Amino acid sequence: MIIDYEVLKFIWWVLVGVLLIGFAVTDGMDMGVGALLPFLGKTDDERRVIINTIGPHWDGNQVWLITAGGAIFAAWPLVYATAFSGFYFAMLLALFALFFRPVGFDYRSKIADPRWRSAWDWGLFIGGVVPALVFGVAFGNLLLGVPFHLDDMLRSFYTGSFFGLFHPFALLAGVLSVAMLTMHGAVWLQIRAAEPIASRAKAAARIFALISMAVFALAGIWLIIGIDGFKVVSMPALDATPNPLTKEVVADSWAWLANYGTHPWTLLFPVLGFAGLWATMKLAAADRPGWGLVSGSLAITGIIVTAGVSLFPFILPSRTDPNSSLIVWDAVSSHLTLTVMFWAAVIFIPLILAYTTWTYTKMWRRVTVEEIREQEHLAY
Amino acid sequence: MLDSTMIELSRWQFAMTAMYHFLFVPLTLGLAWILVIMESVYVMTGREIYRDMTKFWGKLFGINFALGVTTGLTMEFQFGTNWAYYSHYVGDVFGAPLAIEGLMAFFLESTFIGLFFLGWERLSKRQHLTVTFLMALASNLSALWILVANGWMQNPVGAEFSYETMRMEMTNFMDVVLNPVAQVKFVHTVAAGYVTASMFVLGISSWYMLKGRDLAFAKRSFSVAIGFGLAGILSVILLGDESGYEVGDVQKVKLAAIEAEWHSEPAPAGFTIIGFPSNEDEETHGAVKIPWLLGLIATRSLDTQVKGLKDLMVDHEIRIRSGMIAYEYLQRLRGNQDTPENRAVFEDHKDDLGYGLLLKRYIDDPSQATEEQIRMAVKDSIPEVAPLFWSFRVMVAAGFWMLALMLLGFYFNAKRVIQEKRWLLRLFLWSIPVPWIAAETGWFVAEFGRQPWAIGEVLPTSIAASSLAPSDLIISLSAFILFYTVLLIIEMYLMFKFGRQGPSSLHTGRYHHEEAATASRSTTAGGPAPALAPQKRQD
Repeated sequence: MIIDYEVLKFIWWVLVGVLLIGFAVTDGMDMGVGALLPFLGKTDDERRVIINTIGPHWDGNQVWLITAGGAIFAAWPLVYATAFSGFYFAMLLALFALFFRPVGFDYRSKIADPRWRSAWDWGLFIGGVVPALVFGVAFGNLLLGVPFHLDDMLRSFYTGSFFGLFHPFALLAGVLSVAMLTMHGAVWLQIRAAEPIASRAKAAARIFALISMAVFALAGIWLIIGIDGFKVVSMPALDATPNPLTKEVVADSWAWLANYGTHPWTLLFPVLGFAGLWATMKLAAADRPGWGLVSGSLAITGIIVTAGVSLFPFILPSRTDPNSSLIVWDAVSSHLTLTVMFWAAVIFIPLILAYTTWTYTKMWRRVTVEEIREQEHLAY
Repeated sequence: MLDSTMIELSRWQFAMTAMYHFLFVPLTLGLAWILVIMESVYVMTGREIYRDMTKFWGKLFGINFALGVTTGLTMEFQFGTNWAYYSHYVGDVFGAPLAIEGLMAFFLESTFIGLFFLGWERLSKRQHLTVTFLMALASNLSALWILVANGWMQNPVGAEFSYETMRMEMTNFMDVVLNPVAQVKFVHTVAAGYVTASMFVLGISSWYMLKGRDLAFAKRSFSVAIGFGLAGILSVILLGDESGYEVGDVQKVKLAAIEAEWHSEPAPAGFTIIGFPSNEDEETHGAVKIPWLLGLIATRSLDTQVKGLKDLMVDHEIRIRSGMIAYEYLQRLRGNQDTPENRAVFEDHKDDLGYGLLLKRYIDDPSQATEEQIRMAVKDSIPEVAPLFWSFRVMVAAGFWMLALMLLGFYFNAKRVIQEKRWLLRLFLWSIPVPWIAAETGWFVAEFGRQPWAIGEVLPTSIAASSLAPSDLIISLSAFILFYTVLLIIEMYLMFKFGRQGPSSLHTGRYHHEEAATASRSTTAGGPAPALAPQKRQD
């Protein structure tokens, strides 16, 4: 089946969103667990309980991130090229923080020395907090516009600095990212870890849900009153051969709100963000963390899609040379590549969801200190 | 023009992180199947020792796998961070196999690896074996897609340059997948992984035999690995990737460089066993040749000529001049002179655009290049010969060394006298690093031999890098070196620690160190402690 090029371009915007949301909901949860690890686990046994709740799953979950990266490479090569090279040190910072996780999970409990174990616990903490922060800051920078331009050979030049990424609004987006993922991780621990960790997790879930709501609201207000968006003034047809140098883009104070005006139903996404956070707070308090995990996932979805809808059709707007901005219609791969990749996604994503679900079902239980002691040499 | 120091450092960073990554990959590729074999025997016979084998070698597998995942993350980030123009220029083709690798293989492998380690108590025997099998299958599928991507860098089929989008675009997905270079490399690489894992198990098992401990465990492990390893080394050597040299000019250059074949000899050409190649003088000093051999190996015929580097460079000069015209007309087409006439000229010279881009190292507009610059670009069009010549010979020597070991090991193991051949066991132990040497030199030949191209005849490495400053690279490269060194020390420490403990590290109470510990306890306490030991843990 041949799908129209312009439809495929849109589908790939949705699919990249699906992969990013898949990452946030699964591996983001593991990052939240990592962020909470040194604080909710007071003893070594308790920390092992926390680690083993995600022990069998974190690696599979991390592939959402890897696949999202691969999909951006394949579907939006120029976005992948410009963002990764432009945010050079930020990306490396996230990468080096991610290093702590595979080795942290596998090596931590192989040696009994308390200093060794404590060092890896903090490594897992860094591996949770830093990438979550960097990815949030990156999203914040998309909304602010990124200082880059393209030359006529389509080589991208980034003209900002590493510290320039940490605009207060971008930092706020980073805090939102860390807070919502920590909330999500806390709800998971409330379900899967034994007492007294579960009670501590319950308190953390409520606190971080509240923080997330406050930060999401603040960021929203800031976006409305203080941040200029960008809008496309003229461009070739939507199904044209992609060339990011053929359109005209200008900065505009209300541009990031335009989509909510033309398609009011999209306001459901920020509403979903708030409602999901609020529901998670209440469900955690009412000892219904199972539903809290669902509402937390919906909140994360709502928040990510809110950023996406605000930006649409922009993926990577340029602040210094708006015409170089990369948008859904002109920063994409060829019709054939998008088609091949579409079918690969259609076939494999349901399969992935199926066997992932099977593994969660098989390993579903409350992890206890007794179980860890019994499996001292097998468990993480 | 990009800063040449920055490009050099980017190349160093990529080479170091990629070669470091490949310290861990081959062991994963092979050990996963060895685990499948061991666990299958356990499920079929129900003998506990095979489960212990699966668990113990699985422990070492895990220590290795953790770093494989860690360093693999770098590979995905690095195309974007350091090779941004490459990512733009070929992402349409190169990105697809990487993304499919994630969807088809890496998800499967990573989802089940957690259950392999932590699911022993919660899965039935058959379910656990299925998990192990899927993990092994997925790791090998992963290699397939990565090598489809890498094969395309060597021999870019199924794609075409588009002047409108200023990049390579896919024209036929199946051509990309069925690329002969990719297929040959896949077989060669996974088989090398099987050999690596076998040498690893054989070497460590030999050490247990030499120490006279856990003999039943060591002998069974040895038997599984020797059969698997012999099959692996035969595949690596017989299906070695020389057949890939028939396709693509880049592969021809690589072949000539490996053999330090400067002049085209009348067929069949002689094989240089040893010599000192010099790019400066364009010849090999002190060469010792075996007549006919190269022609036979490389072309599998008596009358097909192996083209020498000097003749290839003559061809390259023609293509560079044609590429200058391609570049000139590309500028016209991308300016506002997109006329049918200009398009026709561009189409005629399009295949040589990459050669024109070789000049970008010396001048911003290749169509204005001087004769001197063209001469330099022609010199650049072949890789440095000496490192390739030597690496290839090291790889081949390592391969034949392992073949000899495997044959001897297989023979004495079949005669059930392997334990008495202490000299051979010692050779196995000390040969543990050999497969890694072969794998690393092999990749060096493949990738250094591709130079000056990032994508064969399409995109020169010298313009593929990101627009970064040398200082960016100095900082990131130092951070990688520091981080990776620390990680390697930790990994080796754990490998040695658990390797030395052997199956005793499973704490089943059935193996050497625990028996020794219980025995000494029982003599001091005087009680019947040894009888209790096996009941301690029956997991």
